[in-house]
Amino acid sequence: MSEQIEQALERKYEAGFYSEIESETFENGLDESIIRRISEMKGEPEWMLEWRLKAYETWLKMDEPEWAHVHYPKIDYQAISYYSAPKSMKDKPKSLEEVDPELLRTYEKLGIPLHEQEMLAGVAVDAVFDSVSVVTTFREKLAEAGVIFCPISEAVHEYPELVKKYIGSVVPRGDNFFAALNSAVFTDGSFVYIPKGVRCPMELSTYFRINEMNTGQFERTLIVADEGSYVSYLEGCTAPQRDENQLHAAVVELVALDDAQIKYSTVQNWYPGDENGKGGIYNFVTKRGVCHTSSKISWTQVETGSAVTWKYPSCILKGDNSVGEFYSVALTRGRQQADTGTKMVHLGKNTRSTIISKGISAGNSNNAYRGLVKMGPKADGARNFTECDSLLIGDQCGAHTFPYIESRNPSAIVEHEATTSKVSDEQLFLCQQRGLDPEKAVSMIVNGFCKEVFKELPMEFAVEAGKLLEISLEGSVG
Amino acid sequence: MLTINNLHASIDGKQILNGLSLEVKPGEVHAIMGPNGAGKSTLGYVLSGRDGYEVNEGSVTLGDQDLLGLEVEERAKEGLFLAFQYPVEIPGVSNMEFMKESVNAVRDHRGEEPLSSAEFLKLAKEACKQVQLPLDFLKRGVNEGFSGGEKKRNEVMQMILLKPSVCILDESDSGLDVDALQVVANGVNSQRDGERSFIVVTHYQRLLDFIKPDFVHILANGEIVKSGNASLALEVEKSGYAFLGKELEEEVEA
Repeated sequence: MSEQIEQALERKYEAGFYSEIESETFENGLDESIIRRISEMKGEPEWMLEWRLKAYETWLKMDEPEWAHVHYPKIDYQAISYYSAPKSMKDKPKSLEEVDPELLRTYEKLGIPLHEQEMLAGVAVDAVFDSVSVVTTFREKLAEAGVIFCPISEAVHEYPELVKKYIGSVVPRGDNFFAALNSAVFTDGSFVYIPKGVRCPMELSTYFRINEMNTGQFERTLIVADEGSYVSYLEGCTAPQRDENQLHAAVVELVALDDAQIKYSTVQNWYPGDENGKGGIYNFVTKRGVCHTSSKISWTQVETGSAVTWKYPSCILKGDNSVGEFYSVALTRGRQQADTGTKMVHLGKNTRSTIISKGISAGNSNNAYRGLVKMGPKADGARNFTECDSLLIGDQCGAHTFPYIESRNPSAIVEHEATTSKVSDEQLFLCQQRGLDPEKAVSMIVNGFCKEVFKELPMEFAVEAGKLLEISLEGSVG
Repeated sequence: MLTINNLHASIDGKQILNGLSLEVKPGEVHAIMGPNGAGKSTLGYVLSGRDGYEVNEGSVTLGDQDLLGLEVEERAKEGLFLAFQYPVEIPGVSNMEFMKESVNAVRDHRGEEPLSSAEFLKLAKEACKQVQLPLDFLKRGVNEGFSGGEKKRNEVMQMILLKPSVCILDESDSGLDVDALQVVANGVNSQRDGERSFIVVTHYQRLLDFIKPDFVHILANGEIVKSGNASLALEVEKSGYAFLGKELEEEVEA
């Protein structure tokens, strides 16, 4: 039956289309002048440009990390264009009516209508296309609650004090190679601020689309939840199907002030490359949140796309009694490689963290969980629970687990559980004997395996995520 | 209903079934007994089409269908049901979800409308009661953490819901205490409607006290060496399979 599964892993990538949109794209290459031009395009204040240039200086001195369990040809950073935006966006359309209909059609095709009346009720969307934000919906409604949800390029102008205070406060400019690169050349992304005591009235989401060829996407998201506030945020990502690899190096920073809660969910479906490993997105992302006293940050990710993933959404549990959570489903198939996991850094007293990671490997793919749990000397009574499960489909794939535990506090408790299982011939046979075709059977088994994580997703997206896995596994058994 | 003719089958090149023939008419209950390694479980796997089991010769028809030409799931949809000796766990997939998909796949094949969740829940609750499993078993993962007896009862519940035409029970009595055995047997008996046929594979006569067979067959070395009525099972119970040795020897000599 393994053979059948192998055959089955030919898949369709439904978001693989390209939109004919006239774009203004920078020539390939990176130097100081490119950064100045990006800053100029965005009309940035001097302090922002300086910040970028310092990041660039740092980046030049850094080496690309090689410790991850992934292999890919060396990236030529001079062969990438660092800015591309639809020409029509230059005049900064004031309303949806002024936005190029082709852009709106692109999002509609992806199942994300941007007309507010057609949207999922209760979800506000920031749509980022290559290097710019196309539109952000429901802004007025959110403003009534005092919530700021806008492109980060706009926040730099409108809320410079907030941006200045928090940008780089969680992921410093020189944190790592890709974060430094992002800090130098980031183009757009979302900015969210939830005022004190406010429960954000809607789900917020950003939808990232890479369209142009040879461009990298370097978005930067900053979410600040002020004391006692709550927000649930979701990001989705897709890209056209191409033979060339494309780089996506994002930075996400979350700040949860005292008693605040941030729930951050990702459904990542970048183009994964074809069955021979040609093309696909390199997804090298730094995501981190800092938790102040009694606050909570919860990361949930469903990662099905990208040729190579390098991503560790983390929590710095700085305040006493703060809580960090990480729920992850990572599915790799074909020649995909994923090295993903989290870091939970316990600094405050009685801090708690939970890590539930579900890795599913199929085809010739490799899926690694890498996680760090660190208990600082002052983290009295801190607790962590980690559960790390791997599911193998077929016999050509790999699952790897790299847990790191550092405890400097004798009263801290760290628990780690790990399992590896296979979609067994017996399970498939049972399902088929009950009348289910093998594809349905595999998708059911995989969904069952992921249940603990799916239940953490906002309801609208849990269904979506289940469907995404189904599409991803379509034809995975034959 | 089910006609097995001169069936030869092997696994990994090892011959297990050597010309087995059996005719099962609607409503009949056939018990298959035999020593370890006789090929009893193999028969169930070959009939249901499990991967790895190769049919080298012979034919099997279900109704007017050539069973051997069908995929595993197609055979199931045609009405063949195998109650497993060791049902496997599918963690995270609820019994309810699993059975609903399964019942609707079979209904779809028969050209019937799929059942809604509410309709299915009603049927599932009844079936659950029938095999005396608490209702929360519907919510639990398929066989996940079930005891041996619970797994067997769960198999019977699935049989009740799927309404197959031919049921193969593969040692559904193994590992059961007398009470659980009674529950499983009652479940099976409730499905005897004069149309549905059963092949009951067992080591022990005691199951046949509860599920009365019309025929008893002794399987040895991959073929049926002796057939009779219920009294044959009693004979086996009393004196074991020793007589086989003698008869086989006689066969060889002849």
